[in-house]
Amino acid sequence: MKRHLLAVSTAALLAACASAPVVEHSKMTGAEIAQIDAVLKRDFRAKGQAKMTRLEPDAVQRECNLHADNPPDSVARSLQEAQLKTIKYPSDSLLGDWKNGRKIAESGRGMQWNEKPANPGGGGCYNCHQLSPQQTSHGTLGPSLKGFGKTRGYGPDMQRYAYGKIYNAKAYSACSHMPRFGHSGSLSEQQIKDLVAYLLDPKSPVNQ
Amino acid sequence: MLVSGRSVLLTAALTLAAGSAAAQSQFEKYQKMVAEGSPVELFELVGEGLWKKPQGPKNASLEQCDLGLGAGVLQGAYARLPRYFRDVDRVMDLETRMLHCMMTLQGRSLEEATKRLFGNADKPSEMEYLSAYVAGQSRGHAMAPGQSHPREQAAYELGRKLYFYRTGLWDFSCASCHGEEGKRIRMSELPVLYKPEAARPLIATWPAYRVSNSTFKTMQWRINNCFRQMRTPEPVFGSEVVNAMNMFLTVTAQGEPYRGPGTKR
Ligand code: HEC
Ligand code: HEC
Repeated sequence: MKRHLLAVSTAALLAACASAPVVEHSKMTGAEIAQIDAVLKRDFRAKGQAKMTRLEPDAVQRECNLHADNPPDSVARSLQEAQLKTIKYPSDSLLGDWKNGRKIAESGRGMQWNEKPANPGGGGCYNCHQLSPQQTSHGTLGPSLKGFGKTRGYGPDMQRYAYGKIYNAKAYSACSHMPRFGHSGSLSEQQIKDLVAYLLDPKSPVNQ
Repeated sequence: MLVSGRSVLLTAALTLAAGSAAAQSQFEKYQKMVAEGSPVELFELVGEGLWKKPQGPKNASLEQCDLGLGAGVLQGAYARLPRYFRDVDRVMDLETRMLHCMMTLQGRSLEEATKRLFGNADKPSEMEYLSAYVAGQSRGHAMAPGQSHPREQAAYELGRKLYFYRTGLWDFSCASCHGEEGKRIRMSELPVLYKPEAARPLIATWPAYRVSNSTFKTMQWRINNCFRQMRTPEPVFGSEVVNAMNMFLTVTAQGEPYRGPGTKR
C-alpha cells in the first residue's frame, strides 16, 4: 500500500517539474525480486566463461536485496555464520609469496566474458584499496590497508582473518561490497596465500 | 592517440564524400574539422553520410526513421528518448530504435544489423557513427525522456530497482561502485548516478568520444561494459533490461540541456 502511494506520487512529481525525483535505496519484496530475476534470465545471454548460473541469486544476494543491503542483526548473523562455513583453509602455512601477491593485487582482470578462463585473474585489490604507499593509483571503495600487518599484527589469528576475508568477505560483513574471491572460484588457494603474505609479511611493501 | 582514430575517419569521410552530390562541401567541412581537431564532429559527419545512404535488401536510407517526433524528424528527437513507441508497443532508446529502423525500413536481418555493434579505434561501428549524428541534432534541447505512458513508468521503476540489485559472480549492484560520493576505482571517479546533480552533466553528454578508448562510445556500450565488470553474463543489445537502465539514468538527468556528443576521459 505504502509502496503504491510512493509510485503514484513519483509519477505526479515527474509530470510536475523538470528535475528528477529523489531516489532512495529501498527494500524489496519477494515478488519484486522474482520479477527482476525473470527479467535478467530473459534479457541476458551466456558469453564465454560468464554462464547464466551467475544470475541465480544465493542467500546472501537475496537477503541483501530484500533488506536494501542493511539486514537486521539476526539475519546478518545467520548469513555470516553460513558464509564462514564455506571457507576452506589450507592445511599448511597461510603465508605465500608477497611478490606474487603484489601482482595479484594489481591485476583487475579475470572472470569477465571477454577473458580466457585459463589465464589467471587478479583480485583487483588496488581498484578499491590503498595497500603499498608506493602505489599511488588506488581506489577508495574499501578502507586503506596501508600498514595492515604493522598496525594489526602479524600473528596466526590475523593470517586466518585475512585469508578468510579474501576467501569470503561476506563471512564477516553480510552485505559487503567486496567480492567473495575464494567462494566464487575467482582466486585459487595459492593466490589467496600470496595475498595474505602481501598484507602480512613484515617484508611486504604494504608494511614499510 | 587521436591520430589513429582520425586516419580511419579520414578514409571513412572521404569514401562517403566521394560518391555523393555534396562531395565538395562535405570535403571542405571535413578539412575544417581536422584543422579544429574535433573527433566528435567527424563522427557526426560520417554518421550523416551513413544515415542518408541506401542500404539493405530494400536499398533504403534511414531518413524516414521515426525516432518519436515523426518520420524523418531529427531535431530534438534524441533528447526525448527513451520513450514508448506505439508501433512496437515498447520503450526504446536511440540505439534500439535505430536497429528497429534498419530492420523495417532497410529490410536488414537482426543477425546482420547486430553483427558489430561496438567498434574500436581502428574501426568504429555503424551504430556509433549514427548515434553521433542523431544525438548531435539535439544540442540545446532539455533532456525529457517519455514518462506518461505506463510502460515508460514501468521502465523507470525496473531501472531504479536494477540499479541497487546485487547480482553476478561478484555480488555487485550498480550502487556498489556508483553508490557513494567521492569514491574511486583506481584514479577514476565514480559518479553517484541515482542523484540528479551527478547524473545531469554526465548523462547529457552521451554518446561520447572516450579518450581512453580513442574512439566514440554509446550508452548501450557503457551499460554493457559496466555489466562486464560486474562479472554477469552479457545483456542483450536493445533488450528491456538495457532500455530500463537507460530510462532510469536519463530520467534522473532530465531537465539538463543536451550538450553532447561529449568528450570523456
Ligand atoms: C569492489 C571493491 C573491493 C575489492 C575489489 C576488494 N575489496 Fe577489500 N574491502 C572492500 C570494502 C568495501 C571493505 C570494507 C567492508 C568490509 O569489511 O567488507 C573491504 C574490506 C577488506 C578487508 C578488511 C579490512 C579490515 O579492516 O578488517 C581486507 C583485509 C580486504 N578488504 C582485502 C582485500 C584484498 C586483499 C582484495 C583483493 C583480493 C580486496 N580486498 C578487494 C572492497 C573491496
Ligand atoms: C565494479 C565497478 C562498477 C560497477 C559495478 C558499475 N560501474 Fe559504471 N563505471 C565504472 C567505472 C570504472 C566507470 C568509468 C569512470 C570513468 O570513465 O572515469 C564507470 C562509468 C559509468 C558511466 C559513465 C559515467 C560518465 O562519465 O558519463 C555510467 C553511465 C555507468 N558507469 C553506469 C553504470 C550502471 C548502470 C551500472 C550497473 C548496471 C554500473 N555502472 C556498474 C565502474 C562500475
